[in-house]
Amino acid sequence: MLRRLLLLALLASPLPLAAQDRHITVASTTSTEQSGLFGHILPIFTRETGITVRVVALGTGQALDVGRRGDADVVFVHDRVAEQRFVTEGHGLARQHVMFNDFVIVGPEGDPAGITGSRDTAAALKRIAEANAPFISRGDRSGTHAAELRLWQQAGVDPATGRGGWYREIGQGMGPTLNTAAAQGAYALTDRGTWLSFRNRQGLGIVVEGDARLFNQYGVMLVNPQRHPHVKQAEGQRFIDWITSPAGQAAIAGYKINGEQLFFPNAAQAEPGG
Amino acid sequence: MNDLHSAVAQAISLVAAADPTLAQIVLLSLRVSLTAVLLAALVGLPLGALLAVARFPGRGAVVAMLNALMGLPPVVAGLLIYLLLSRAGPLGALGLLFTPTAMIIAQAVLVAPILAALTRQVMEGLWEEYAEQLRSFGASPARAVPTLLWDGRFALLTVLLAGFGRASAEVGAVMIVGGNIEGFTRVMTTAIALETSKGDLPLALALGLVLMTIVLAVNALAQGLRDRGLRLA
Repeated sequence: MLRRLLLLALLASPLPLAAQDRHITVASTTSTEQSGLFGHILPIFTRETGITVRVVALGTGQALDVGRRGDADVVFVHDRVAEQRFVTEGHGLARQHVMFNDFVIVGPEGDPAGITGSRDTAAALKRIAEANAPFISRGDRSGTHAAELRLWQQAGVDPATGRGGWYREIGQGMGPTLNTAAAQGAYALTDRGTWLSFRNRQGLGIVVEGDARLFNQYGVMLVNPQRHPHVKQAEGQRFIDWITSPAGQAAIAGYKINGEQLFFPNAAQAEPGG
Repeated sequence: MNDLHSAVAQAISLVAAADPTLAQIVLLSLRVSLTAVLLAALVGLPLGALLAVARFPGRGAVVAMLNALMGLPPVVAGLLIYLLLSRAGPLGALGLLFTPTAMIIAQAVLVAPILAALTRQVMEGLWEEYAEQLRSFGASPARAVPTLLWDGRFALLTVLLAGFGRASAEVGAVMIVGGNIEGFTRVMTTAIALETSKGDLPLALALGLVLMTIVLAVNALAQGLRDRGLRLA
């Protein structure tokens, strides 16, 4: 019965699966998709190579899971520790740097923790905890969530003590986190790209930026075709080669919102700062 | 209030501009949900009618189960289909995850119990009326099913619309198994969720208004068919 149903569903789909043009599936993060970066660079890639890219935008943790299950050809995320584990465990081939941007801490108009203009993330987070000022955490195993937890550790604060009080984990993407922070007059950690393209700011504004600890590196890797033979190795590698090539890097640098560059290509760098 | 105004204005200008991206999203939404309802109907309607006429041990449990499945959370259905269709899952070789086909399957799974349960309800009433008559012709319960379905076709239209409403309104299942891929698996509800994430609430609401209008149009069309059918009958 199930087979017959599948067959019917296939018949009902006007795209014949066999005759489709060349495409790859990239598991990536909400920050790259929602900031509009992919909308800018992917058409350029498709024009040059004839390969269309299907982006599934998730948190970094989830995106790596999709790669682990073999449901994507390429993973393009931002949590170096998790990415390296992904490669050492044999799920992905050589990870490469692509670009970086930075995180910022945003906060409400009144700034109850009094941290506006600070460049010291650790001190600022400590002040937030001491002031019991509401902080919205992604709480979703994303790259941003991992970075946030590392920052709390550096600040010597265990945010779990604020659970049920000022520390609120919503388990959702960057946008919903900012929506919640805006609605509750709370602080939040966000990547600059999503912040710049975010519309529903209400009183929210950047309070901390420019700390070296807020550096945010993106990496790309091919899902291991030895584990998942259906992975489109040639096309996937083509994408990785392109995005780390001068042409791809220039496309990334060329993406701006209101004249502000969102991502800074650094594929050539072996060991970027941060 | 301003947001509401600008949502309505945006909805109108989106439709007026016949934005090709929007048109593609709308068409995919309709294709996915209508196909899902069709598939679900092929299973759900006969099953519901059969349950209405058949008497067997454990029937009560099956009916209760169907009724409970009407409340199957879309996220759970999506997750089940995801695990089935994932490359690491039993049907992984088909390569269907993150395609419109996967979305159709997920919605069909959501809708089939609704169609079956509501059909049973409708058909039970009919069966009470006609049981004697059909039996006197020597029809077995199973043979009575097509007759019942045909006789109840106008009531079943409402059942189908309820299924379509469920399919076109859900976001949890199609988000998981479709992946909300731009230009490929993005439908109205996942687009609304995305714009909400981006904080563009007026645009999200505008898309919601467009979706409601389409659902209204589908319902009006069905209503029209039904009225015409009733007049002719």
